[in-house]
Amino acid sequence: MTQLPTSTNKKLGLVIDLDTCVGCHACVISCKGWNTENYGAPLSDQDAYSAAASGTFLNRVHSYEVQPPMLNDQPAAPAQLIHFPKSCLHCDDAPCVTVCPTGASYKRTEDGIVLVNEQDCIGCGLCAWACPYGARELDAKEGVMKKCTLCVDRIYNENLPEEDRQPACVRTCPSNARHFGDLADPESDVSILVAERGGFDLMPEQGTKPTNKYLPPRPKDVEPEYDILAPYLAPIASDGKGFVNWLDKALSALPGGAK
Amino acid sequence: MHPAPSVIAFTTFSGLGFGLLFWLGIGMPAPTGWAAFVYFTIAYLGAVGGLLASTFHLGRPERAIKAFSQWKSSWLSREGICAVVTLLVMAIYGAGLVFLGTRFTVLGWLGAIGALGTVFTTSMIYAQLKTVPRWHHWTTVALFLLLSLAGGALLSGNVRVALPLLVIAGALQAFAWFHGDGRFMASGTTMASATGLGHIGRVTAFEPPHTGTNYLMREFIHEVGRKHAMQLRILALGLGFVLPVLLLLVSASLWIAVLAAISHVFGILALRWLFFAQAEHVVGLYYGKR
Repeated sequence: MTQLPTSTNKKLGLVIDLDTCVGCHACVISCKGWNTENYGAPLSDQDAYSAAASGTFLNRVHSYEVQPPMLNDQPAAPAQLIHFPKSCLHCDDAPCVTVCPTGASYKRTEDGIVLVNEQDCIGCGLCAWACPYGARELDAKEGVMKKCTLCVDRIYNENLPEEDRQPACVRTCPSNARHFGDLADPESDVSILVAERGGFDLMPEQGTKPTNKYLPPRPKDVEPEYDILAPYLAPIASDGKGFVNWLDKALSALPGGAK
Repeated sequence: MHPAPSVIAFTTFSGLGFGLLFWLGIGMPAPTGWAAFVYFTIAYLGAVGGLLASTFHLGRPERAIKAFSQWKSSWLSREGICAVVTLLVMAIYGAGLVFLGTRFTVLGWLGAIGALGTVFTTSMIYAQLKTVPRWHHWTTVALFLLLSLAGGALLSGNVRVALPLLVIAGALQAFAWFHGDGRFMASGTTMASATGLGHIGRVTAFEPPHTGTNYLMREFIHEVGRKHAMQLRILALGLGFVLPVLLLLVSASLWIAVLAAISHVFGILALRWLFFAQAEHVVGLYYGKR
């Protein structure tokens, strides 16, 4: 049924660190790879080798420029480039679930993961309309809605070595910007991370109560004015003698000469 | 939002069809025999044709039957059920009028309530979406209902009812456009809240996640089509409301009424195109677009 569970035993989700993400898109590729070869319909591409290439992805990395304002007539700090991975946030009040007319969309009571039963999906697209985050994409070839499964076929998969039992995006991230765990447990690593770093929700005003949290970029250090070459460029002799002193004065005396 | 022809056709023609069924259901008019046949054919062409058109935008139309199951939570499911029940009830009512020359009054009223219920549930599919601030408002529901009633009155020849309904619907549409223009801003969803980076400074989109386009951009971001919005609004008001009202005031002959109805339909098509093309989904913010 597409009614939301009143509560879930766990809240499995991701914590994404905007401070350490380097924007390499490795999570995008590992997600596409795993989810094309495993659970559900493959993630198709259309005209993959043309200028108009387009395809289904469950995880995408945006990049934003953030310009700090000018403060007290000081020149503004330099703009920051912040890479921003975005996938399904597995919301507590998932609007995508309740709009589904067929019951294909559901939120699991045991762990809070939001999934699509592709055998029931008619591809009406209403769940994607209801999602403020753009987490759902209708696959152009299969005609069914695709979304992040939190790699439900990895995290419980006893055929995989234990270190691989986490979402493909988390496993592959080379800068440890993605963390997976139970956000309902205040003692879990991810919950501690969120508490210590001030993790926040995306679009809180939409009332979706997302499970996934984002960690803000750490404040930038203010560097003192410092020139690494300065010690080597300081004048070596300021009180010249003999020929060099005569040449210095003679050149300075010429029109346009440096004093 | 992408103004898909199938959805524009669906909302326009099923709205008119169910509007006509409403007036037929309450017995305004209550024709019998061939006249009833013509009325009901027009109503069913609109209502059923519109519903069929809406299945064209499904990714898997062969499974459409499953959409009747989630009436407890889904407005789309409720709409499907409402539409089918109404069409079945009105089919019996219509058969009574066409073949037996008898009016099953209770069935007619039930069908009329169902017709309004169908239009109401359709409007709630759009009005429920918080993600589209322009739609998330009572005017969406009021307009769908009023336009359906006005269009139905026009098609059923209820000139004295159609005139005030058209005037009210036109005025409400103008208000909805005016008020809707500011609702995205008023919703409080911005690039700052979408990214959570507003505390650092002004956020602008630097690079999209991909070189080409994607489903989200095709479906939700439609900046180009809004170029002629003002002209289309004037056209929609003129064809949909002003011209039909003037025509009906001039003469009450059948051909004038037909002309007024045709003009009204074109006006509603333009208005529905704008309803989708001008609706801005908050997901556009992630792309720095609206």
